[in-house]
Order: sequence, then C-alpha cells, then structure tokens
Amino acid sequence: MNEKNPLARFRNQLGHSGDVIRDRWAHTPGWQRWIVYIALIIGALLLPSESIGSFMSPDTDWASILFFPIGTYVLLAIGLNVVVGQAGLLDLGFVAFYAVGGYAMALLGTRLGWNFWIILIVGIGICALSGITLGAPTLRLRGDYLAIVTLGFGEIIRITARNTDEIGGPNGIRGIPHPPSYEELNLFGINFADTFGVDPLKYGVLDPRPYYYLLVALAVVVIILVKRWEKSRVGRAWAAIREDEDAAEVMGVPTFRFKMLAFAIGASIGGAMGVLWAAKSISINPNDFQFLLSATILAAVVMGGAGNLPGVMLGAFIVAWLPERFRGLQEYRMLIFGAVLVALMIFRPEGLLPSRQRKAELKEGTGGMGTLGAEVPGPESRGEEVASK
Amino acid sequence: MFNDFINQFWPATIDGLAFGSIYALIALGYTMVYGVLRLINFAHSEVFMIGTFGAMFVPFTLGIDSALTGLTLVGVIILMILAGMLASAGTAVALERIAYRPLRKRGASRLAALISAIGASIFLQEFFALIVIPNVFDRPQQGRIQMGLPRLMERTELFSIFGHTVRVDQVLVIVAALAMMVVLDRLVNRTKIGRGIRATAQNPESAVLMGVDIDKIIRMTFLIGGAMAGVAGALYLISYENTNYFIGFLFGIKAFTAAVLGGIGNLRGALVGGLVLGLVENYGAIFFGSDWKHVISFTILVLVLMFRPTGILGESLQQARA
Repeated sequence: MNEKNPLARFRNQLGHSGDVIRDRWAHTPGWQRWIVYIALIIGALLLPSESIGSFMSPDTDWASILFFPIGTYVLLAIGLNVVVGQAGLLDLGFVAFYAVGGYAMALLGTRLGWNFWIILIVGIGICALSGITLGAPTLRLRGDYLAIVTLGFGEIIRITARNTDEIGGPNGIRGIPHPPSYEELNLFGINFADTFGVDPLKYGVLDPRPYYYLLVALAVVVIILVKRWEKSRVGRAWAAIREDEDAAEVMGVPTFRFKMLAFAIGASIGGAMGVLWAAKSISINPNDFQFLLSATILAAVVMGGAGNLPGVMLGAFIVAWLPERFRGLQEYRMLIFGAVLVALMIFRPEGLLPSRQRKAELKEGTGGMGTLGAEVPGPESRGEEVASK
Repeated sequence: MFNDFINQFWPATIDGLAFGSIYALIALGYTMVYGVLRLINFAHSEVFMIGTFGAMFVPFTLGIDSALTGLTLVGVIILMILAGMLASAGTAVALERIAYRPLRKRGASRLAALISAIGASIFLQEFFALIVIPNVFDRPQQGRIQMGLPRLMERTELFSIFGHTVRVDQVLVIVAALAMMVVLDRLVNRTKIGRGIRATAQNPESAVLMGVDIDKIIRMTFLIGGAMAGVAGALYLISYENTNYFIGFLFGIKAFTAAVLGGIGNLRGALVGGLVLGLVENYGAIFFGSDWKHVISFTILVLVLMFRPTGILGESLQQARA
C-alpha cells in the first residue's frame, strides 16, 4: 500500500474503509439487518417529500423525477447488473427489453383492454421469452462480439417498431391505460389521503407519487429475488462463468444454460420496468428506446461497480440525478457525462462501490472480460500489483 | 417485385458500391485497431463524423457557394480530403492518448475500455453539437440541425451502363476509396511501420522483445485508421452534401459490420466487407423499401457473427481471437 501517487493512496484508503464497513455488515446479526432494510424502505417511501425535493431538484418536479429517470434507471440498472455484473456478459442493447415491456403494456392495454396487473405478469413472461430468443443464437459469442450483436438487436427492434404501422409506426401508441385505482384508501382506520396528503393507490395523471410507490414495491421484490439468486448455486455459476468460462465449462457448469438464465432474468426486470413506465406515461414511441439509454444504463452499472447491488443502484441514481440537478447547465450535461465516463474509467475502473470479489478479479486479471491485446507488463502495471499484494 | 429489381439493379449497384467504399474506408480503422489492441474502438464513428466537418471547413472558410470547374475543383477536393484526414487523424490520436492509453498501461479490462470509448463518443458528439458547429461554423442554436454543403461539383453524367447514368461524384468516391486501399495495403505490407503493426497484432510481448516501440505503433495505428476515416468523411460530404453531429453512429455500426463481414483484423476483408454490405443493403432496399435498409445491415451483422464469426476472408492481422 505504499503508493507514491497521492491520488492512488486516497483511492486505496477509500477502498479500505469500504472493506471495513462490509466486514462489519457481514457480522451483523439478522434482526439488525432487517431493521436497516426496513429503515431503507421507509426512507425510499419518504423521499418524494417537498423538503428533500427543494434541494435535490429545484428546477423540476422532484416526485416525477424520482419515477423517471431516477427510479427507472435504478431498476433497469439492477436488471442489467444481472447480465453484465454477475454473468459478465456485455449487453449493449438492454433497452430492447425495456421497449418490449413498454410495447406489451401499450398493445395489450389499448387493443385488448387488459388490466395492468395481468399485463405486468404477461409482460414479464414475454420479456423473458424474448431474452431467450435473443440469447439462444448470440450467447455463443464472447466479449465485445456479443456487445455489438446486442447493440444490433436493440436497433433492429427500435427500427422495426418505427417501420411497422400496425403498432403505430413512428408515432407510437397513445392512450395507454393507467393501473386500476383504489381511491380513498383506508387502512387500520387511517385515511391516507387526509393524513399524508397522498392517495397511494390512485393512479391518475397528476400525481406521480403513487407510481413511485409502485416502483419502490417492484424494486424491493426484484432486489430480494436478485440477492437470493446471487447467493445461490445460480449466482456461483455466474461468477464462475464471469471469471473463466472455459474453466467453468470444464468443471461441469452448463455455461450456456446459465448465460441464458441471466439474459432471461435481466430481460424480465427490464421488461417489468417497461410495463410500469408505459402505464404511467400514457403514450410511447420508438424514440423513447434509443441506444443512448442502453449506454447510459451500462455506464451506471459500471460506474457504480458492476456486480455489487448497492453500488449499481448508487451509480444509476447519480447518472439519473446529476443531469436533473444541474439543469442550469442544461445543454452541457451530456458533454459532461461523456467526459466523466472517460475520467472514471481512467481513475477508478472498478466503479465507485465495487464488490470485493469483483475487485479481486480485476486486480488479478481482467474481471472476465479479457484485457486489451497489446497490454504489455511495464514497470508501472505489474510493480503496483506486487507491492499491494 | 422482380421487375422493380431489374429496373433498379444498376442504380442500386452503383449506389451500393459508393456507400460500400465509404463503409470500407471507415472499417479499416476498426479492423486495424481491433487487430492490434483487440478493442472495438467505439468512438471511431465520431472520428468519421469529425472528418466530414474537417472537410466542410475548407469550402466554408473559402466562402465557396457555387459549383467549381477545372483545376480549382480538383484543388478544393484535394484540400477537403486533406483537411478531413487531418481532423480525423488528430482526433484518433488524441482519443488513443486520452481515453485508451491510461487504461492500457494499467491493464484494465476491455469492458472499461469500451465504457471509456462510449464516454468519449458521447463527449465528441456533444462537443460538436454545442461548441464546434455553433462557433466555428457560425450556426448558433443550430448545432443539432443537419448542415448542408453547397454544390461544389456539377453532377454530370460520366458514362452510362444499360441506360442508367453513372455520375462523376459516384466514380470519384469509388476510385478514391480504392486508391486509398492500395496505398494502405502497401504501407502495411512494405514499410517498417507496417511490419511493426503486423508484429504487434500477432504477439505484442514478442514484438516488444524484438525492439518494436509498441506505444508508437499503436499511435500510428490510430493515426492511419483515423486518416482513412477522414478520407471517408470528405468523400461522403462531397458526394452526399450534408452532415450532422450524429452521423457517425449509423456509419460506425455499419462500418463495423463491414469489418466483421470481411473478417476483422483483415485489411482486404474490410474492403470486401464494405462493398458487399453496401450492395446487399441497396439490393435489399429494393425489395423491402428503404426504411428497412438499416435493419438489413444489422441482420447481416447478427447472421455473420452467428454463422461465420471469422468473416468472408478470415482474420489475418492477428492469429487468434479471444
């Protein structure tokens, strides 16, 4: 740890304090953890209050921003994290699944008049299926070949939607129904509308908060599921694939099947968010599903620390929130975003809050992504590693 | 349907070859960088975009607003190509220096390099839309609007094939692209720098042991690839007479498709891939309508990667793919 570069030393210290927190967390008894979890959920539910909003986004309606982009990005990032962070598959077309979910909601809702909840379940199924159909032919590819193919698929889906007049063509679909409302909610004799000034199950046009609560509920379910998967046999198989696919295959991990599973799960999460988003926004069109969104979500995942759920959520939050907070810089936000991405990859390629396993993988070699071809060990690169071991 | 095809076959062929040559020139940048670094230089699309603006700068500063003839026309075209090359090559080298080299020195993962490239790509697009186009080209508030080039070259008919005219600008694009390909082929196969590039592509560690200055070789690879994209940008601008800050995205993906189609890492493959892609795309557009042109290319990309990931001519700059 005797770094000469002060920046690198600071980085190491930061990483060290992160480890301390993580160790303590690992030894915390279960009931204490549950208190923290519940506090976090309550915190998330209290977020859309005026007092927080006036600081977080003075220029725009905070509650709307919490739903989109912040909440949406967080959920999409959790989904993409399964694919990129856990299974180590580089997906540049994640927005395709979000689009499939959105169009499922729009079409089934307007044409067949289905209920939101049924569409949510059916939509998740459709997205999982589309993940498998997309994965089956492409998942035999590796690394950046997979990245480009998924990018191609993402664009194919968007352009096909634009060119198909049966689903609205470039104008998209309007008049998407909201989820069914239950107004004047009374629970334990408390009337929510009077007590808290919000009707949490009234899905209208004006108040974005009910949608935000729905999103939080969805996020909690998704996080629990994803965490369970991560700790299970499936998660270990993904880690093995990420670190060395050939070795995993030799050790008897059916790599192809597990990669498909990661794709399907990621697609379902993206699709669920698509359904929810379409149900709020009344109308969708193909331009909502640009490649830039895929790139932004991927950036959020990598920026936060691929593979580590809190890190990924933090990354998504920052990526979504910063441009909204600094609306004063309006036009320049994408410019700054691009520069920040480059700087981040130069100074902290493992992300803001990397998972420890992932960090070790990166240190040891490549984190399952392979290195640049002409990486020749110079005094700078290998010396650092030896010193820190 | 079939009649349409017969009627439009020759125009589609010529258009396809012209577009294909541009794809091929851009594809060279992808293929060379991939051969040496095993990295998809995602920001290469922006290198092309900057090439179009570099070329645009020449008629803009000279204040040309009507068609030229004779030697002036030749001079302006050469100047435009040179300006495009300069802008693109400069961008490519700066990109390597700022966005890739620090990562490479630390042995960062390819994922990190790809994210860095995406960041650089977004940055360059926005930089042009917000700063360069409004200020340098004097179009305040119009950075995101398509920018047209006044007609420099009368589109006279040069000759005709089966009753379909072939215009002089189309011939210029195809001939210039082929000439650049020949120059590049000589460069890589006959010069010392070319030998260094090939050695690095085959095995970087041995190349270093044999005394190859690997940093210099990588810089040269970016420089040459960038210059080719600059030529492509200038030719595109002369022939299609418009550009915008976002033009690189589609061309980038298509050129990458061309590189993969021909066999990534293979210079002649880039040429073959580019021309084949241009032709197939235009023939396909006859059957499905031009709305589906892009879908056709992406489908080709996916199919090639699925069934023959080594491309038509196979990979040759380096031996094996990760």
